[in-house]
Amino acid sequence: MRIQIKNGRIVDPASGRDGVGDLYIADGKIAAEGTADRVIDARGMVVAPGFIDISARLREPGFEYKATLDSEMNAAVAGGVTSIACPPDTDPVLDEPGLVDMLRRRAKALARARVYPIGALTVKLEGERLTEMAELAEAGCVAFSQANAALVDTQVLWRALQYAATFRFPVWLRAEEAALAKGGVAHDGEVATRLGLPGIPSFAEIIAVNTILELVRATGARVHFCRLSTAGAVELLRAAKREGLPVTSDVGIHHLHLCDRDLGYFDPNCRLEPPLRSQRDRDALSRGLEEGAIDCICSDHTPVDDDGKHLPFAEAEPGATGLELLLPLTLKWGEARKLPLAKTLARITSDAARILGVTQGRLAPGAPADIAIFDPSATLRVAPENLKSQGKNTPFLGYELAGRVRYTLVAGGVIYEA
Amino acid sequence: MERNPQLNAKGELQHLLSIEGLPREILVQILDTAESFVGVTEREVKKVPILRGKSVFNLFFEPSTRTRTTFEIAAKRLSADVINLNIAVSSQTKGESLLDTVANLSAMQADIFVVRHASSGAPFLIARNVKPHEHVVNAGDGRHAHPTQGLLDLYTIRHYKKEFTSLRVAVVGDVLHSRVARSLIHGLTTLGVPEVRVIGPQTLVPVGVESMGVRVFHDMREGLRDTDVVVMLRLQNERMKGALLPSAQEYFKHYGLTLEKLALARPDAIVMHPGPMNRGVEIDSSVADGPHSVILPQVTFGIAVRMAVMSIVAGN
Repeated sequence: MRIQIKNGRIVDPASGRDGVGDLYIADGKIAAEGTADRVIDARGMVVAPGFIDISARLREPGFEYKATLDSEMNAAVAGGVTSIACPPDTDPVLDEPGLVDMLRRRAKALARARVYPIGALTVKLEGERLTEMAELAEAGCVAFSQANAALVDTQVLWRALQYAATFRFPVWLRAEEAALAKGGVAHDGEVATRLGLPGIPSFAEIIAVNTILELVRATGARVHFCRLSTAGAVELLRAAKREGLPVTSDVGIHHLHLCDRDLGYFDPNCRLEPPLRSQRDRDALSRGLEEGAIDCICSDHTPVDDDGKHLPFAEAEPGATGLELLLPLTLKWGEARKLPLAKTLARITSDAARILGVTQGRLAPGAPADIAIFDPSATLRVAPENLKSQGKNTPFLGYELAGRVRYTLVAGGVIYEA
Repeated sequence: MERNPQLNAKGELQHLLSIEGLPREILVQILDTAESFVGVTEREVKKVPILRGKSVFNLFFEPSTRTRTTFEIAAKRLSADVINLNIAVSSQTKGESLLDTVANLSAMQADIFVVRHASSGAPFLIARNVKPHEHVVNAGDGRHAHPTQGLLDLYTIRHYKKEFTSLRVAVVGDVLHSRVARSLIHGLTTLGVPEVRVIGPQTLVPVGVESMGVRVFHDMREGLRDTDVVVMLRLQNERMKGALLPSAQEYFKHYGLTLEKLALARPDAIVMHPGPMNRGVEIDSSVADGPHSVILPQVTFGIAVRMAVMSIVAGN
């Protein structure tokens, strides 16, 4: 199928292009010109590379009662997300090539977004034995991670980074010193003190970032820091990049917009990992993302069923649904910082593609035709009935957010339209 | 942010979940109502018919004898039917969820749930999920709040000191884990106490507690100087060794209330304790049983305060 997308505002962060024009698609790739079997009129809409979400839990295998590949892939394409990296904290954990292979086949059969599994760094994420990383990479893992599981033993972390560096595999780590975070459920600050919630101090993250950076210096491993949450970590990443270390980082959409005050009266939808921190931290994350200390935004999509959230705050399961909010919340960030649209969208397209090591995320001729066409002014009212994800758990319930996806294309095929 | 969940649309007390966020007028209303009930508790027939025909469910997800008993007495003196449920050893161990338990009891026609739970915020979750005519009274949730204890402390202070606006109050000990301290501090600042002090080692003072309007002291002698009210907090056994404190002996030496340290407070200072006391750990017997102690009157006032709270929420 050859498609012409005409009259849209084409925004390609990779090239900096931003202007009204036409785009052609043939053989699943973007073409500069051509003929068309189908014409999509994108007048008034933005035509952008499909979004790349470098952390979304699809909950398969093992947690099908929370969400399924089918439900979450629907959520992804409704949100214009065409590539997803999924963390290994499934059940069983993604620590064997067979599981990775099965996940990729299942995802491929659904023929929606592209799925990139992140392999477990240690067996069962227990932090003790290394996984067969080379085998897992062959099966399709693009990086290795502990997800939110603690890696208590620094010796194991050191060896894991050495081993990964041997094969030039990227390691994605959420920096949190396990002993300091133990038992904590909220940012250790005024709000947690008032609510009587056990806290996780900011320095639990800062100390862990320092440790990992030192190990990066020692091993040369390529490390991506997941879900930064503190101003201190942003500063360390800024300095590490200036030093030339092979490190990158991301921030979750929630931490970009919310802080511990949003816990209100114990809203379990604000129970997240890492915890929502102070306003000052949130502002530092927002600025760090603009200035490049942080490379990209992810949804950290974590669908949780009602039983997992209808609990007292500390007992509630952490996480929030986010695939469908990635675009609107990214736009909201860009607007707040008064950024040009191309720079805003870069954080969920070209920059995310660079972290993931894929060729999507751009609209250059020859690139895979993964495209999101959205109406930047149409709003989404965040409500359970308006979310395709099986998880309805989000702190943004009740918000009106601008930016609605009208068409999503993957490899030149229209897989979603609304 | 959602409306304060303990107030109804008219701004009246629908549930009592926390002292934080309650307007001064409601606190005074509760204290005044309690005062009228103190008379009742001293009569020969200690009953009023205010809650006749109503059911009060004592829902204790965490063991408690003292608080549960005082709620039971208070409800009975209001002529309510009282049902005690010790859930710590029943449905929870069978795996029933908190909200299922509440829904089941609600089906048995409850009017007031008195809830104690080990998890901060649990009564808020329950209050959000009960029927409009049902009321939730927090009898202690995690480290968060123990509002009826806070109110009885306020009552006691008002009883002995008459007014709040010229007082210096010190809260001493394990503030980190104390729901009593949090509730009392909110009450004191709402009622206009000009100086609330928190005294304890850094390990037991929660971060950012100054934002609640208190001054932090690590030196007990300095912190007690010229105070009108000294509130001692219970130090639980499991805190006494490990990373928070080296030993009960060392704690007592630095943060236990003795006659010698109490002499630094105002001569007419009162000493309070929410109980149960650890004599020789946070308080010396000579102080606990001495002329400054108002620890037993606290217990008596506690019944009147709980009567006041239940009669007010059920009347709204």
